Amino acid sequence: MLDFPRWKQLWLWSITILACLAALPSLLSVGGISLPEGLPSPKINLGLDLAGGSHILLEANPEQVKRQRLETMEEDVRARMRQADPAIRIGDISTKDGTVSFIVADPGQVDAAREQLQTLTSGAQLTGQRDWDLQVLDGNRIVLRPTQAGIDLAISQAMDTATEVVRKRIDALGTREPTIIRQGAQRIVVQVPGLKDPAALKNLLGQTAKLEFKLVDGLALPSDVAQGIAPPGSEIVPLEAAPGSTQPAGAIAVKRLGGIKGDRLTNAQQSFDQQTNEPVVTITFDQQGGAKFAKLTTDNVGKPFAIILDGKVLSSPVINEPIIGGTARISGSFTIESANQLAIALRSGALPVDLKVVEERTVGPDLGADSIEKGAIAFGVGTVALMLFMLITYGRFGFYTNAALILNTLMILGIMAIINTTLTLPGIAGFVLTIGAAVDANVLINERIREERARGRRVVNAVEMGYKEASSAIFDGNVTNLIAAVLMFAFGSGPVRGFAIVLMIGIVTSVFTAVTLTRMWVAGWLRRARPADLVL
Amino acid sequence: MKLLKLVPDNTNIRFLRWRVPFYAVSLLLIAASWGMILTKGLNLGVDFVGGQMIRVTFQNTPTAPIAELRETVGKLGYGEPIIQQFGKPNEVSIRMRLPEGSAQNADLADQMARKITAAIKVDHTDARIDGVDSVSGKVSGELFKTGMQALLAAMVAISIYIWVRFEWQFGVGALFALVHDVSLTLGLFAVTQMEFDLNIVAAILTLIGYSLNDTIVIYDRIRENMKKFRRMPMPELLDLSVNETLSRTMVTSLSVLITLVALLLLGPNVIFGFTAAITLGIFVGTYSSVYMAAPILIWLKVNPSSFVPTETEIDRQERLAREGA
Repeated sequence: MLDFPRWKQLWLWSITILACLAALPSLLSVGGISLPEGLPSPKINLGLDLAGGSHILLEANPEQVKRQRLETMEEDVRARMRQADPAIRIGDISTKDGTVSFIVADPGQVDAAREQLQTLTSGAQLTGQRDWDLQVLDGNRIVLRPTQAGIDLAISQAMDTATEVVRKRIDALGTREPTIIRQGAQRIVVQVPGLKDPAALKNLLGQTAKLEFKLVDGLALPSDVAQGIAPPGSEIVPLEAAPGSTQPAGAIAVKRLGGIKGDRLTNAQQSFDQQTNEPVVTITFDQQGGAKFAKLTTDNVGKPFAIILDGKVLSSPVINEPIIGGTARISGSFTIESANQLAIALRSGALPVDLKVVEERTVGPDLGADSIEKGAIAFGVGTVALMLFMLITYGRFGFYTNAALILNTLMILGIMAIINTTLTLPGIAGFVLTIGAAVDANVLINERIREERARGRRVVNAVEMGYKEASSAIFDGNVTNLIAAVLMFAFGSGPVRGFAIVLMIGIVTSVFTAVTLTRMWVAGWLRRARPADLVL
Repeated sequence: MKLLKLVPDNTNIRFLRWRVPFYAVSLLLIAASWGMILTKGLNLGVDFVGGQMIRVTFQNTPTAPIAELRETVGKLGYGEPIIQQFGKPNEVSIRMRLPEGSAQNADLADQMARKITAAIKVDHTDARIDGVDSVSGKVSGELFKTGMQALLAAMVAISIYIWVRFEWQFGVGALFALVHDVSLTLGLFAVTQMEFDLNIVAAILTLIGYSLNDTIVIYDRIRENMKKFRRMPMPELLDLSVNETLSRTMVTSLSVLITLVALLLLGPNVIFGFTAAITLGIFVGTYSSVYMAAPILIWLKVNPSSFVPTETEIDRQERLAREGA
């Protein structure tokens, strides 16, 4: 137990020094010093509760994804049946009860219809699972029911896209080092350090940015529209309320078909209307989108069309002349800021699903700085007091304990920097607590050596027995602590996780420094000094 | 140099003589804690009930004007605020229910926060807004559930580990000690009405780990003594084990307390409740290791024959040396 060959000593020292070196950049940066470029400089991140900033948890509505999927399926079915050779006539198509169902006019064509649907219903996955179940009722009614696997996949894909869109939008705001992570099946965590007012950010993320251009139904009776009754082939869309007003802004009827979507954009910029000098958003279509837009405006000169954003009519200008250049101006009751936000949202693409803020935490930067300072002072005072206590209780062995304590602190910092973890406010408490708990291993060992000496064992035997007999309690104690820390990490969120990480690292490093390193030092001392008695 | 000895050598305090009255008191305290938790309830923070919490520091005012704030915020029409001082007297947390309809429209919560902070700043230009937390009812429900799951899972997992490493009776004893520690800590939060949030759950998990550490040291010694003294009656053997580890118990508890007191007095105010919970846990945990975890072994009739006596290599050498001499 007390035998430490040269290679083993070398090995232990290099681990220690390496881990301690990794703590250097973080420690220096507190003093405002940074290492020269090119050197690896791992650093500990500060959590939002220390650095200040915003934490926002967004949740998607999976029902929306399901509904959209049904609508897409309906369009696909119509297209497939039309394109089939010979064309298959269908009727009574509906998307009620979460299924797509329709009647094949000629019962003899049911098999042909099934064949057409084959590629639409089988999943894209390699597992061979189907995305839709196909059922034939009453001989000629086909019912397509989405499978759970298909729904899960669709939601997962929508969330991937949504995460990407969120990232693009936040990057466009120019904030530094945002963290954007998908959490669970339908949530996205956004963390932006140093952000004081998250309102702009939330407005930006709250916008789905689905832009549509539809023709206004000029024949609809105003009295019907007011009651929400749409003429056949049209739908009622509410008007966007003017900023600051709480009154409902009314609605207009627009034609359901024949409009175009605003998703084929290459650019969107905030600019000003040359006549009224009001803020507007200028959009540029890609080639295909531009051609469609040119056709729409050429065919409908003199008629009004509605610009619809996220289901609300921004404005409904009259088409004065065909717009064939591929650029268009969106007017509405914009401020410069809201026009700019819309431009960013349009540039980054529409969200495939609405996102709602379900949790939001903002921490002012002053509080964090205050906490770091106080935490550091508490840590310093606590450690010095503890070291004094160890020294007067265990003498030379207390000195070894203290040396282990200092190295332990540096190693925790170093490992935190290497694995790039985040230090949070409870993490500081975890740090202080780890230091207190880390000496327990040494206390156990030192007390045991005292006991063994009191029983009359010789010095070397007493030390050897001390380390040996204390080890099972140290091991079990650390495993139970590790269980608690792992569960804390698994169930906790944000700051609590930061605490758990510090605890976990501290448990591992403290066993290394408090048991292995001190044993090496004590063994070295015993060999050199060959003491006849121990002061302990 | 003379070293400090907190506990003199070879103490022989008969801790276990008073096990029955102490057990009765402990059970009574557990019952009282749960009585308080059920009648008075825990002062759950926004983490667990949802709502909005705004933290404000009055930089140039020694004591925050809580009564005045209650009136100012109450007049805004969002309902009665819960205003509490935390950390220093000039720091308060203002908790509000989320406004109606904010589940659909997150802007409403923002508007409320803006109106409240604006209203406070009118009369108090030195007010510094340190943080705004808005948690929806759905998320808070989940946080509460996972928090409680973590506590239960930790207690069960640790007890099973002790059972595997020792004997089933030790596992039961450990679980009992844990229930005691957790109940009393929760009871303290019910009595003082300190805010109970996610951080406090982490604190309780920490003290579960710490308290068990203490229990394990004593159990480890009990096991060792059971192998050594196979004929010794259990109460005596337990007393011996507690006495032998007493010095270590005192030194370690004091070590942890030194760092915790530094954190309580000098550390960040925001985690005062967190530190207080752990500090209380050190006392409760040390007590429960001696008076809850150990006596139960007598009642559960731990059998010394379950542990095979062993002779270490050093023991053997020394015995041979003795016999040779």
